Amino acid sequence: MSTPHEEPRPRTSMDDLLKRAVVTRFDIEDIILVPIFAVIIALILGALTMIATGVDLPTIGKSFAALLTGSVGSLNAVSESLTAAAPLTLAALGIALGFRAGLFNIGAEGQLLMGGMAAVVVGFSFAGLPAIVHIPLALAAGMLVGALWASIAGWLRAATGAHEVISTIMLNLIAFRLVDYLLRNPPVQRPGRSDPISRSVLDSAELPQLLSALDPNLRIHAGVFLMLIAVAITFWLLFRSTIGFEFRAAGANPDAARYGGMRSGAIIVTVMAVAGALAGLAGANQVLGVLGRASPGFSAGIGFDAIAVALLGRGHPVGVLFAGLLFGALEAGGRQMQVNAGVSIDLITIIQALIVVFIAAPMLVRTLFPWAFAKRDGEERKMTEEAS
Amino acid sequence: MEVELRGITKRFGPVVANSDVNLTIRPGEVLGLLGENGAGKTTLMNVLSGLYTADEGEILIDGKPTRFDGAKDAIEAGIGMVHQHFMLVPVFTVAENVVLGVEPTKALDRLDIRAARKQVTDISTQYGLQVDPDAVIEQLPVGMQQRVEIIKVLFRSADVIVFDEPTAVLTPQEVTEFFGIVRSLRDAGKALVFITHKLNEVIEVADRIQVLRGGKIVGEADPKTATDADLAEAMVGRPVQFVVHKAPCRPRDVVLEVENLTVANDRDEVAVDRVSFVAREGETVGLAGVHGNGQTELVEALTGLRDPLSGTIRYRGQDITHASARDRHKLGIAHIPEDRQRSGMIGTFTVAENAVLDTYYDDRFSSGLNMLWQQVHRAAAQMVRDFDVRTPSVFTLAGHLSGGNQQKLVVAREFSRDTKMTIASQPTRGVDVGSIEYIHKRIMDARDEWDAVIVASTELTEIMALSDRILVMFSGRVVAEFDSEEAEIHDIGLAMGGAPAKAAKVEA
Repeated sequence: MSTPHEEPRPRTSMDDLLKRAVVTRFDIEDIILVPIFAVIIALILGALTMIATGVDLPTIGKSFAALLTGSVGSLNAVSESLTAAAPLTLAALGIALGFRAGLFNIGAEGQLLMGGMAAVVVGFSFAGLPAIVHIPLALAAGMLVGALWASIAGWLRAATGAHEVISTIMLNLIAFRLVDYLLRNPPVQRPGRSDPISRSVLDSAELPQLLSALDPNLRIHAGVFLMLIAVAITFWLLFRSTIGFEFRAAGANPDAARYGGMRSGAIIVTVMAVAGALAGLAGANQVLGVLGRASPGFSAGIGFDAIAVALLGRGHPVGVLFAGLLFGALEAGGRQMQVNAGVSIDLITIIQALIVVFIAAPMLVRTLFPWAFAKRDGEERKMTEEAS
Repeated sequence: MEVELRGITKRFGPVVANSDVNLTIRPGEVLGLLGENGAGKTTLMNVLSGLYTADEGEILIDGKPTRFDGAKDAIEAGIGMVHQHFMLVPVFTVAENVVLGVEPTKALDRLDIRAARKQVTDISTQYGLQVDPDAVIEQLPVGMQQRVEIIKVLFRSADVIVFDEPTAVLTPQEVTEFFGIVRSLRDAGKALVFITHKLNEVIEVADRIQVLRGGKIVGEADPKTATDADLAEAMVGRPVQFVVHKAPCRPRDVVLEVENLTVANDRDEVAVDRVSFVAREGETVGLAGVHGNGQTELVEALTGLRDPLSGTIRYRGQDITHASARDRHKLGIAHIPEDRQRSGMIGTFTVAENAVLDTYYDDRFSSGLNMLWQQVHRAAAQMVRDFDVRTPSVFTLAGHLSGGNQQKLVVAREFSRDTKMTIASQPTRGVDVGSIEYIHKRIMDARDEWDAVIVASTELTEIMALSDRILVMFSGRVVAEFDSEEAEIHDIGLAMGGAPAKAAKVEA
């Protein structure tokens, strides 16, 4: 007659109730093993793609070697990887916030362009300002304009129900053309030029290079710190603040959020504004730290790659940081690959896409490599049982 | 056709849902399968209907071992299931729904709707089901829709019919009619399984009762001799207090005044039509009615989740008709929502996060923008202990708790602060007997501590047990008001069905 249900259960003690669950093997596998295997499969499929396009085996070997040396093989390689990772991570943090709140923000590219543009304008104006004022001012301008640009989509969603996917895509297009227009006209256009290019950012607004004392070619700049600070702030915002609690509640269950007295319209606009600020900061980071000016399409697709980074990072700020670093490394390595082995940099895009596909389908990875994973019977089974 | 389940064991990973279950289903007999939520009733029936394959044990049909590789095999073997949630196409007619998937066809694979109608009519007259084959499903009352489900099963020539919680959505009158149908099917030689957690029903309609607890058969009872108390004890594993102790009602000042309130539903139809009533301190007002007669919208309007079209809501003298949910919450209105999965809690949030879902902004739990998680965790642990929520820790995801414990968590949250009015909607839906007892007691306590309490429920027994006054809603109107001391279940049931109340007190 004895079943678990009828055993007298002493109430769980206060201490036990406050004990956090131990991280299970399953969790660890999910966070660490799956991404590693995803990268491996993606590389293998990348190699197969090269074979299919007629690349011979030694070249493939050479290109993978270049991928490695170009991303982590030297101080310069690491500097390049980090330089590429910073804007990706910044923009992806904003997109990840959107995911958490149930918003699919495709507009990072446009927000990045608008924010970058604002940073350039502030950057070439105000001659004579000390750097300690000028840099924060230019960064703040980028964040503000990025936030305003994204809020348009947020406001449209909150006020009229217009879906943010559509409106952010449209805002991207508008941003592209608007930037183009600004670059062709004074006061933004560089005097004496007929092609679309902006004035140069003043020295006082440039993000300082960190290792130029060692070697002036090392491009790594203070944007790396912006990235780390943004990761920390986003983490706090999402998991330690009341605003983040509302974001997550609205994303996980809008009805419950409403029941809890949260105002969904305000949440949507705030989320979009914060996401836009982060994307705008990514744009400012590019123009103030790398490019020194704006030219058409200076966003270079970072705002779109950032969507993949946010997905890969599972919408968690720390995950996004690692995903951003990986993508930054792939980009730096990919350039080296093109130089050393003559393989098109498009291959890197293919590999990046494959990684995202495999990360997004953890069960697929588990099925392909059954020997690497413990048998799954925790969470999922329990859910099945409850559903029955 | 006789079906025997022998030694059925079904595991989900480490969880044993059914353990060595032996059960015989005989023709011409109604088997009542009684058990709490999570006792394994549905799993067992899913094994029988081919949706799950048992890990151990076998199914014998007329003594022959049989294997089902899917629902189709079970249907072909003559086992049919009437689910709790109907699986009908709302815009199709009765006949179209019945034949869906096994349509009679004419040449060139055209649907032979005439043949379908005839077959439906034949079946419904044969078993006294009386359904118009041309009626469109969405225009039929729930009781009729259920008959369509039964015809569907019969059309597929089922000899064994399993009913999963069939009375949950019916009015008392419909329940009586449904029992009539069950008896006529039994007399026609069908083997019937009636799954429920309602004791009185199983006693009334079953010929034999099996009690399932923790995945095992823990007892068999004869409905002629079994008492509620025995069955409940077998079901829960301990004696259960049935009658909520109700102190005499001593209402004081009016807390809530609703006047001519009109509320639209999501489809912009009038769902609540000029409703007026009052609720006083220390009194429980029960809102009875079949689901979908405006109770949901009324409660949403009272709690600030739905803006009324017209009318006023006054709370302690203050007009709150258009106040936000947050403002009402701050004024001391507690709300136990109708559907905890949908709005009362967030399954992917921890117990602790859910414990402060509507109080996180309070000084106790946050300071400025900073959440004070330490305090939240401690308060949540206290709630869990005070309200006996069974959870390993406050960091467990709320979605992993059982339904009863989820509901206790919601109740704990709402009662863990100072309130002046409590609005509870379906407070014990899908909750096991043991938790029902507990939740009812807490609601009673709120009333005795001078809250004005409003309970909306489709369970008449719940309304009767908790209320001091009962308002019956039918198509958006309050059609009758009863004093719970004098009310007869029969009269309330009639009012719920929209019959002109002969009733003592009809509200103008």
